Amino acid sequence: MDFNFTDEQNMLRDTVAKFVQNQYDWDSRRAIVKSAAGWRPDLWKVMAEELGILGAPFSEDLGGLGGGAVDNMIVMEEFGKGLVIEPYLGTVVIAGGFLKHGGGAQSADLIGSIIGGEATFAFAYAEPQGRYNLADLTTTAKKDGAGYVLNGRKAVVVGAPWASHLIVTARTSGGQRDAKGITVFVVPTSAAGVTRRDYPTVDGLRASEIQFDNVKLGADAVIGTVDNGLPLIERVTDEAIAALGAEAVGAMRTAHTMTIEYARQRKQFGVPISSFQVLQHRMVDMFMHVEQSVSMTYMATLKLDESDDERKKAVSAAKVQIGKACKFVGQSAIQIHGGMGMTDELAVGHYFKRCTMIEGLFGSVDHHLRRYETLSLGEAA
Amino acid sequence: MNLEFSAEDNAFRDEVRAFIEQNYPESLRAVQEEGEEMGKEDFLAWHRILANKGWVAPAWPTEYGGPGWTSVQRYIWSEECARADTVPILPFGINMVGPVIYTFGTPEQKAKFLPKTLNGDIWWCQGYSEPGAGSDLANLKTKAERDGDFYIVNGQKTWTTMAQHADWGFFLVRTDPTAKIQEGISFLLIDMKSPGVTVRPIITLGGEHEVNEVWLENVRVPVENRIFQENKGWTCAKFLLAHERTGIAGVARSKRGIDRIKSMARTESEDGTPLIRDSFFKRKIAELEIDLTSLEYTELRTLASESAGKGPGPESSLLKIKGTEIQQRITELALEAAGHYGMPFFRGFPEDGSNLPIGPDAAHRTAPTYFNMRKTSIYGGSNEIQRNIISKMVLGL
Repeated sequence: MDFNFTDEQNMLRDTVAKFVQNQYDWDSRRAIVKSAAGWRPDLWKVMAEELGILGAPFSEDLGGLGGGAVDNMIVMEEFGKGLVIEPYLGTVVIAGGFLKHGGGAQSADLIGSIIGGEATFAFAYAEPQGRYNLADLTTTAKKDGAGYVLNGRKAVVVGAPWASHLIVTARTSGGQRDAKGITVFVVPTSAAGVTRRDYPTVDGLRASEIQFDNVKLGADAVIGTVDNGLPLIERVTDEAIAALGAEAVGAMRTAHTMTIEYARQRKQFGVPISSFQVLQHRMVDMFMHVEQSVSMTYMATLKLDESDDERKKAVSAAKVQIGKACKFVGQSAIQIHGGMGMTDELAVGHYFKRCTMIEGLFGSVDHHLRRYETLSLGEAA
Repeated sequence: MNLEFSAEDNAFRDEVRAFIEQNYPESLRAVQEEGEEMGKEDFLAWHRILANKGWVAPAWPTEYGGPGWTSVQRYIWSEECARADTVPILPFGINMVGPVIYTFGTPEQKAKFLPKTLNGDIWWCQGYSEPGAGSDLANLKTKAERDGDFYIVNGQKTWTTMAQHADWGFFLVRTDPTAKIQEGISFLLIDMKSPGVTVRPIITLGGEHEVNEVWLENVRVPVENRIFQENKGWTCAKFLLAHERTGIAGVARSKRGIDRIKSMARTESEDGTPLIRDSFFKRKIAELEIDLTSLEYTELRTLASESAGKGPGPESSLLKIKGTEIQQRITELALEAAGHYGMPFFRGFPEDGSNLPIGPDAAHRTAPTYFNMRKTSIYGGSNEIQRNIISKMVLGL
């Protein structure tokens, strides 16, 4: 049993924390969200070249720093504190995860371009009808000579407006919700037949609706095994959830700290509102939620390489805790800030909005409660 | 004890339902379905139709233009408005300052302000909260100094809802800085076009412009615009706060909100099963409906005692707390039902020309609405303050 970080990991945290502090202050983030592009490609270059963090979870022979899921957790937690919007999750955690575990002809090259900051990715998995079921796919990839032809529609693809590549889940055989018959592809965003409708999201990111019309893909576009992509998709999505949990922890901790500071300086009835017991207890409950979420994020992150069932159970348990915590901590932060919490001007509202979106990303509390129930108590329960 | 409405009440229901069906403007429907912010005329269109009919101020005494309805009829009216999803009548004139004016005002003040408040010619805003006076409202610092027949008013108000459209505002100001905190306050009506009045927008979490800062710099206000006695404004303020809390339960609107969630849950599916058949989600709707029923019957009991001649008491804090909690949970469930399509935010982003739909209409703005409704447990006296009121005034703790 050891919950300590290595020296390298402590250095990584320090590097990312300093970056967020010095180059991602609140005014900078506000400007990024309002800008036409919606992100800062130049800061992405800084992450690649000066900080070197885009290689954190990749092995040294691929050009990375030799870390793993714990390193992603550290980066995501620090990014959560500053509500960093650049696509580390979509690119390093998710695309990186697919390329590492799934392999494929382009894998080594693409990992190289991720580490170098040249390629950014978005994960096109959700479909308008599918809700949180990763296997509910109407997007099809039909065999066409040596390659494939991709047709279909993807919903709310976060980070797609910035992405050079998409990771796309598609049906290569079987029925709409069959577990078998799913294959993962890497698709350049600029490929002929890819149409996007871009829009901002309520938490300051950008996303797209994406249509694929007869997009031609080579055989080398396949990641993992043809027709048996679901286990890979589930594994990488679980890794994404663990990383997202770390981001939530960072965001919740910051919202909690802001709330305590506000309650200390805000006076009503001649005293700081932090002296009211009803608010003290609420802030204590927020604290307990954050701590429990940290524990669950560690647990899930450390179990990502266990058996499929162990991993799924751990990740779903963590997502349930984190989803509930995001709601409680976010709502309480606003309530204790009073009217000020409702303003666009104060940062705390933006933490609340991001926490609210994290609640639903990759499955709501109910979705993961059900997955946990099935794994832990069996179908008959 | 009898839970049935009388035959007269049912006839009344038929009458008002038919009126709404025949007279509600189609143009407003279109604006409401867009889900975007409404302009001043959108808010006033329905108000004016009801004013013509004599129904815009259900609680006002008939001598000032009220329809003379019983409290049960008023309840039926609010149910029918919610059922038809009409634009709510803005509360600032009809529910707030109007009753203060006809209760505490002079004959001249009544004549000057009540008819124009009824017909919509005066749009009111409420100058209560200040940066340092929120929950602790009596701590307000805006001062009014007497200069002959005028007060010179200086200070800053905040969270002033819809002040950007307001013709007049009702303000709490300090007229005696040496008196005890609640005793040196006066209730002033201020023309928002007066020199020295500046309104600055506050943008809230969902991107809306609903609230404002109002700055008052050497604003000259005729003494005749003071309601009730000098330094007795707190009496008007307390009276108004109690009125503000009745109807805040929003039972009828919440019923409508639950209907909307049910309809979303019929179309949104996971694994081919509609959410409405999902045991977890179904249960949350059922619990919400039961909580709303509890609130509804509590409100009906309050109404019954009001018709027996008792004014709204501190029990109305219960209606505010439970009513707002339910309103907030409705928006939580709507966002949950929207799934992935809770994320897109449309406002302020140029069209890119492609026609891919961004999710179903019902999902549109579920997140901004959820964010926006967090205000309900903060405004009108936060829910913590409401609990303090019950604790002190009802339980005697």
